[in-house]
Amino acid sequence: MAMQHRKLASVLLGAIGLAIWPLFAGSFGVDLVTKTMIYAIVALSLELLVGTTGLVCFGQAAFFGLAGYATVKLSPQGAAPSLLWLLPASVAVAAAYAAFMGGLSLRTKGVYFIMVTLAFAQMAYYVVHDTPLGGGTDGIYLYVKPLLELGGVTLLDLERPLTMYYVVLVSLALTFGALALIARSRFGRALAGIKANEQRMRAAGYSTYPYKLAAFVLSGAIAGLGGFLFAVKDGFVNPELLSWHFSGAVLIMIILGGLGHLRGAVLGAFAFTLLQELFKSEAVFGAFAKHWLLGLGLTIIVSVAWLPRGLIGIADTWRRRAQRPAVAAAS
Amino acid sequence: MSHAEPVLRARELTRRFGGLVAVDRVSLDVHRGSVHAVIGTNGAGKSTLVNVLAGEIPASGGSVALRGHDVTRWPQPRRARAGIGRSYQRTTLFMQFSVLENCRLAAQAHHQKPWSLWTDAAACPLAVPAAREAAARAGLAGVLDTPAFALSHGQRRQLEIAMCLATGPEVLLLDEPLAGMGAEETERMLALLGELKAGHAIVLVEHDMDAVFRIADTITVMVNGAVLASGAPSAVRANADVQAAYLGETA
Repeated sequence: MAMQHRKLASVLLGAIGLAIWPLFAGSFGVDLVTKTMIYAIVALSLELLVGTTGLVCFGQAAFFGLAGYATVKLSPQGAAPSLLWLLPASVAVAAAYAAFMGGLSLRTKGVYFIMVTLAFAQMAYYVVHDTPLGGGTDGIYLYVKPLLELGGVTLLDLERPLTMYYVVLVSLALTFGALALIARSRFGRALAGIKANEQRMRAAGYSTYPYKLAAFVLSGAIAGLGGFLFAVKDGFVNPELLSWHFSGAVLIMIILGGLGHLRGAVLGAFAFTLLQELFKSEAVFGAFAKHWLLGLGLTIIVSVAWLPRGLIGIADTWRRRAQRPAVAAAS
Repeated sequence: MSHAEPVLRARELTRRFGGLVAVDRVSLDVHRGSVHAVIGTNGAGKSTLVNVLAGEIPASGGSVALRGHDVTRWPQPRRARAGIGRSYQRTTLFMQFSVLENCRLAAQAHHQKPWSLWTDAAACPLAVPAAREAAARAGLAGVLDTPAFALSHGQRRQLEIAMCLATGPEVLLLDEPLAGMGAEETERMLALLGELKAGHAIVLVEHDMDAVFRIADTITVMVNGAVLASGAPSAVRANADVQAAYLGETA
């Protein structure tokens, strides 16, 4: 129980920290954390597949990017769309592609599954990149950002960065809460069973395919929520959103943070973005900042080698180290 | 032995892997309240037979019927929900989960309700009692909160049976439940199987001949995938073919 309380305390502390962050940060800081929280939502969506169900998907960027493109393409020219239909519509596009991709790729296993999800994501990338539909390499702009209006009163105007910040924060909190609820539900326990031993689940009477497909579509929808928020925040989408680099980056986030923990996914998204900013900073690294990918890559390799259970495992490792001398002394 | 309709009936059941016939036209009837043992040398096709009966791999020919219903084309999860439970020769558990959670997850298969996302799985009023009862029957009441990886080999074999029981099956397909067990653990497992016999139709694949002849009501001897002999233990023991092909080595 003490463990549960510590978890809850750390989550609340993080949420409060994010809620008061704009009081201290300038516009750059607010924008950076808005972006990072969106990455955290996408990392959580992948954690549901990799950490919970044991399905290593290498195509998360497709759901993210397709939802972003849907947001821009569905928005009317010159008038502010309503959040009430644009958000569900964008998420539905991502979920639909996830149903298609999952429906076929879940018939494969292991490394083949990784490759097939990558192939489907690349397919979406090239459709966006090479057809008139997606506007090519340059991408397309979202001219008017969505609003939430009720009875003629504007409740939320996503044009304002601070409103955007809190909408993203609430989205992150709701995603985290929903996934935490799922983790303890029968559905979530069955997914954990599938990760641990799918053969035994089938022998007990679970048709595992529909379970995996449901997790896949849910994951795609959550990544789609991230894509919607990203498109609205930047007011711009380009094919890079669907690139395999982004799928890989999200995978690194959850590994860096610690697989199997929702908090790990969020922590990993923040660590990854901060490291990226650090190595890109000319103030810190001078001319070497051009080669930021090298610094980022090496740091990630070293931290994964030293922290096999991710950042979330640090506290546990320290606690054990603290206990070990005491045990040795007692025996 | 009961002369009523068998709970599980296999007719001419065949499984080929390319040119190899692993199970060759095997027929058997298993009745409630009896243990039907399947013996044979390594590679005789016993485990494949269990896999085909459980639906884990499809049959190439022949049929399987459960309570008179043809289930030959049913996939494994559907057969499991209909009452065919199995244990594995190589221990197949959820190693990181507690004993109770292993059993609870197995019991949950009958009350899956995956859409009920807001309820706590650990508070399920149907699966939790079923899991506790199954663990208690298998002699694991004292280690409910122990993770499976921390159990002894014998306890893991007991947990295999407990998970099987938690799904409330009518048919138990037990693939070498005594494998690797010490004398004391073997006695405990045999006592358990004796108790389970009353409410179940049991197919027992086993290498331990003493155990088989003590507990089985019917014995089927397999050689190269086919049935060499089948009948009461005394008849099988007296069968000249069986003595030559199999028991001869040890008798």
